[in-house]
Amino acid sequence: MTVVVRTITRILLPISLVFGGYVIMHGHLTPGGGFQGGAVAASGLAMVVVAFGASRLAGRKGLLSSLESLGGVAFAALGFLGLGLTFFANVLAGAGGLFGNSVPYGPNPGDLNTAGTLPLMNWAVGFKVLAGLGAVVLLFALFGENHDR
Amino acid sequence: MSVHAPILAIAVPLLGGFATPLLAKLHRRVRDVWALAVVLFVGACVGYVAVHVFTQGIWVYVLGARQPQETLVPGGFPIRIMLVVDAMSAFMGIIAGLLSLTAFPFALRFLPEEEGKTLALTLGLLLLAGILGMAYTGDLFNFFVFLEVTSIAACALIGFRTWTSRAPEAAFKTMLLYSVSGLLFLLGVAFLYGEYGALNLAYISAQLRGSFVDRLALALFLAALVMKAAAAPVHFWAPDAYGEAPAAKTLLLVVNTQVSLYGLWRVLFTLYGGLWDAGVGWLVVSLGLLTMVVAAFMALVQTDLGRLVAYGAVSQIGYMMLGVGVGLVTLSSRPDYALVAMKGGVFHMLNDALTVGLLFLCVGAVEWAKGTRDLRELGGLGHGLPAVGICFLVASLALAGIPPLNGFASKILIYQGSFRLSPILSAIAILVSILLLAGFTRAFQGAFLGPRVEAQGVPGVFLVSMAVLAVGILVLGLVPGFFVEGVVTPAAEALWHGRALYLAAVLGG
Repeated sequence: MTVVVRTITRILLPISLVFGGYVIMHGHLTPGGGFQGGAVAASGLAMVVVAFGASRLAGRKGLLSSLESLGGVAFAALGFLGLGLTFFANVLAGAGGLFGNSVPYGPNPGDLNTAGTLPLMNWAVGFKVLAGLGAVVLLFALFGENHDR
Repeated sequence: MSVHAPILAIAVPLLGGFATPLLAKLHRRVRDVWALAVVLFVGACVGYVAVHVFTQGIWVYVLGARQPQETLVPGGFPIRIMLVVDAMSAFMGIIAGLLSLTAFPFALRFLPEEEGKTLALTLGLLLLAGILGMAYTGDLFNFFVFLEVTSIAACALIGFRTWTSRAPEAAFKTMLLYSVSGLLFLLGVAFLYGEYGALNLAYISAQLRGSFVDRLALALFLAALVMKAAAAPVHFWAPDAYGEAPAAKTLLLVVNTQVSLYGLWRVLFTLYGGLWDAGVGWLVVSLGLLTMVVAAFMALVQTDLGRLVAYGAVSQIGYMMLGVGVGLVTLSSRPDYALVAMKGGVFHMLNDALTVGLLFLCVGAVEWAKGTRDLRELGGLGHGLPAVGICFLVASLALAGIPPLNGFASKILIYQGSFRLSPILSAIAILVSILLLAGFTRAFQGAFLGPRVEAQGVPGVFLVSMAVLAVGILVLGLVPGFFVEGVVTPAAEALWHGRALYLAAVLGG
């Protein structure tokens, strides 16, 4: 791709990654969450694939698929965390510590440090979607390049 | 831990599936041991759940609650996701557990490493998780989610051999049908959610008024699940799919169609059990008859062993629909013989799992030995592979309902029940069995009889997997009474008049 596209990609990639992270991070407070944030971040990866060519990223395929598996394992493992009560029980909510504040009563701007395992699950899903969509785009691009030749 | 058994049966294969690619990076053997351990654990879980449910009644498990039995939030509304395992769900769980226990050891040896064995094992575990989720869930939206999980995993398994020309085509066809079926189901759920503001199956069942929207939702559920269960006239994806998926994984696809039928029974008997209409029963009966006749005739003309067995499998779906459909028609008017037909239909699910499972394993063994499934090229395998030939013969005879094998035990119940509704029904069912016998005799003759040919020997683990299913076929055929009394009757009665118990288990009192 031309230098214009590459330069714009260099500028937009951090923005899309940060915005994706923001959407994942605030999944329990605002619209969005793991899937949406992961898709936003993956669009950044798609831009890189388009601008710099898939062959330069071909070596990262294994990394992406490992990250995707890890996201899935982390999500299921967070479900197992609640087994003291029931599967998926939110043991971290309201317990203090990480995401452990209790939700304030009445209208409020929202406290990020609440909701227990939900934000962690959002992160797990976010990484899974980022890696999964990224790998799909990368594979399609690699496949297309091989056929263009 | 044992209080969590129903959810562990779903969550462990889910976790196991995601972890499989990671473990494969450590070592192939670690991955194989892991996959086997997961399947064994799932088998233990479904067995434990079944014993518990058959002895102590419905098992409710609420996810994310303080206690597993806390079904209602203050105000008396079931808002959480829950699993409701009654005898019918536990029965489906047994079928899934049994077939995965035979399919996975077979698959570990059958799948070549260079063809992406890791991915096939991952997808197989995810498919198992989805199947058990569909069987155990007590929530309509969750049922849809697990339906989609099975759809995606199944389509990927069907299109697994991407380098062939037919596998991607079969996967595309299946994906189209599965997507439409999933969307129809989701639309039905949306209608009910819009009307009653709930997704819990038991809660909606208690509220159903029989309005026009309710009937529309019933039609959508019926269409979606019939499509997914591969009944005629939307059966055409199944022969392609069964034929193209790796043989060992086809067993899971067979369970997948059966669990869709289970979903149909759940919708008809539990969700809509309160408003009864014999017309729906006649619809199920006629679809069942159409399925068995069309599939049996199609089986006669196949030249590919895999597709022939696949059409045999589709025709058996027709028997299940006939049996349970007769039960639906006569639910209120003639309960005495309706229950016989329903027992036959439910029992046939277990028998079909064993016979069709064994047939597909034989197809896999033939493919392993000769590298082809084309009946025009095969022949004489009985000399080199006598055990495979005997297993194929036993399974074919069982499929055609020849005594003393298990297919006869369930078909005789279906014949009896449907005969008293209308003799024509059982006459057609018997005729179809004869057609199937003809088709499978030809297949046996074509593949196993004839002059001796060179063939690669099959590994011992294949024979062990096949022997387990063959012994099951013989045992169920020789002493059916024990299983009918102990397992099938509770399952049929859970559908039959278990609705009140099901609602009480979730909603209390």
